[in-house]
Amino acid sequence: MSRIEKKFKEVLKRKGKAFIPYVMAGDPSLERTRQLVAILEECGADIIELGVPFSDPLADGPTIQGAAQRALSEGVTLGKVLDLIGSLRQSTQIPIVLMTYYNLIFRYGEEKFVRDASLAGADGIIVPDLPPDEAGSLLSFSKKTGFDLIFLVAPTSTDERMKKVAGASKGFIYYVSITGITGSKLSVDPSIGSHITKIQKISGKPVAVGFGISTPQEASEIARLADGVIVGSAIVKRVSDSDEKLKDYLIALRKAIR
Amino acid sequence: MGKKRLIAETGAGQHGVATATGAALCGLECEIYMGSDDIARQSLNVFRMKLLGAEVAEVSIGSRTLKDAINEAMRDWTTNVATTHYVLGTVFGPHPFPLIVRDFQSVIGKEARKQILEAEGRLPDYLIACIGGGSNAMGLFHNFIADEGVSMIGVEAGGRGILPGEHAARFAGGSIGILQGTKSFLLQDDDGNILGTHSVSAGLDYAAVGPEHAFLRDAGRVEYTYATDEEALSAFELLSKTEGIIPALESSHALAEAVKVARRLSKDKMIIVNLSGRGDKDVQHVAKIKGIEL
Repeated sequence: MSRIEKKFKEVLKRKGKAFIPYVMAGDPSLERTRQLVAILEECGADIIELGVPFSDPLADGPTIQGAAQRALSEGVTLGKVLDLIGSLRQSTQIPIVLMTYYNLIFRYGEEKFVRDASLAGADGIIVPDLPPDEAGSLLSFSKKTGFDLIFLVAPTSTDERMKKVAGASKGFIYYVSITGITGSKLSVDPSIGSHITKIQKISGKPVAVGFGISTPQEASEIARLADGVIVGSAIVKRVSDSDEKLKDYLIALRKAIR
Repeated sequence: MGKKRLIAETGAGQHGVATATGAALCGLECEIYMGSDDIARQSLNVFRMKLLGAEVAEVSIGSRTLKDAINEAMRDWTTNVATTHYVLGTVFGPHPFPLIVRDFQSVIGKEARKQILEAEGRLPDYLIACIGGGSNAMGLFHNFIADEGVSMIGVEAGGRGILPGEHAARFAGGSIGILQGTKSFLLQDDDGNILGTHSVSAGLDYAAVGPEHAFLRDAGRVEYTYATDEEALSAFELLSKTEGIIPALESSHALAEAVKVARRLSKDKMIIVNLSGRGDKDVQHVAKIKGIEL
């Protein structure tokens, strides 16, 4: 069982919901990311999603695009993010999921990536521009290593598609709350609850919801329907706030996700 | 389809004008994404699009040219997919866009074939077309692929020379990667981040090339080369002066190659050059480059 699966099992056993905050590695510096991981864990994060900057983040809105630009101008690469995780593993065992775009992995080499990421202590990856149909080789390398490849289901996904994505996804299934990009205004479709229930039934795997969740109230609404809540852009906007202010916000989110 | 809104990206503005025209004719809402650098150098087409009732959305992030206009159009599409149809303007993007665009553009090759057979009674020896994403070239080439006697040349933008950030010649200076849902040749750094590009022509100023072109290159069916800004600008003037046709700066890259190829051919050989766009839109930009105030 992977570290992510164990975490979900533990959270669901105590009838809780997983809080999955996202930050962009290297925004505004890798040193700050190291501090942020500690702060997120201290404030009750169950799993940390770590963005790896790419020049053309198609699924991301202006907030995360800006974060990626700042990180790239700091010279942050996939290799450097893996090094950071390696050194974080000396002080924390919290599950860490990477999120980035396929070209970075393709260039790094799929097999080498899965090996290096696992060795560094990363637990899985979300690749929004890689559908399971195109993920054959990455899936087989990941399976061998026990590295979780997490796929996304959208509100527009058909039942057939849902089955395919849910079947391929490991660790958890990422349900995209809205049609759109990260950081958009959340408008919860009334059918979201039944979609999530359907995915849970089909797959028997936990479903976490992300995109557009910003306020504790929104997080609480989503938490009632899903197994986990992912908050990205709203945290990225606050990474340069004072630690105290940031912690207040994170604790409010944590309290809302139950 | 039940969609009431069209979106598109545009580099030189030609595809934006075409989409805006269709939208006006059919009474659809229309929004065109265009990089801020391209808005500045293709202002005539921007005015045309607005005249046709389209909204022109300025994209001032990243490259401020075609690549980021496509990114923004894709972000719009994923958000408004229920009401909006995305008219992608080149043979790129996720399947089936490269096929859709190729099939519509193939009218060019069908007509060229028919006309040359009527006029000359035989097929040409060469086809030459410029390549940004590669739609006009794919449209011309597609109906001649099986004709072994017809050589084909695709001409990319050599910009100021083949140095990182100074050109848009993906075959000469790029490598295989994945961008915007497609695997093809890209201009990228060692880590896989997309590099900046430069070309005097907005329509060729793009970091990726259509996947079918990559296939035709690997299959050895089409030869790919490039022309620099300077070569394109002299071809632009040459055709204007000798034929009375002002070509688009994009198409001028193909003309520059035609001049080179023609030099080594005998007089009975025949070349078709695809004049994919007219140069009216470029007159102001060329005057500016030459330091002439209009």
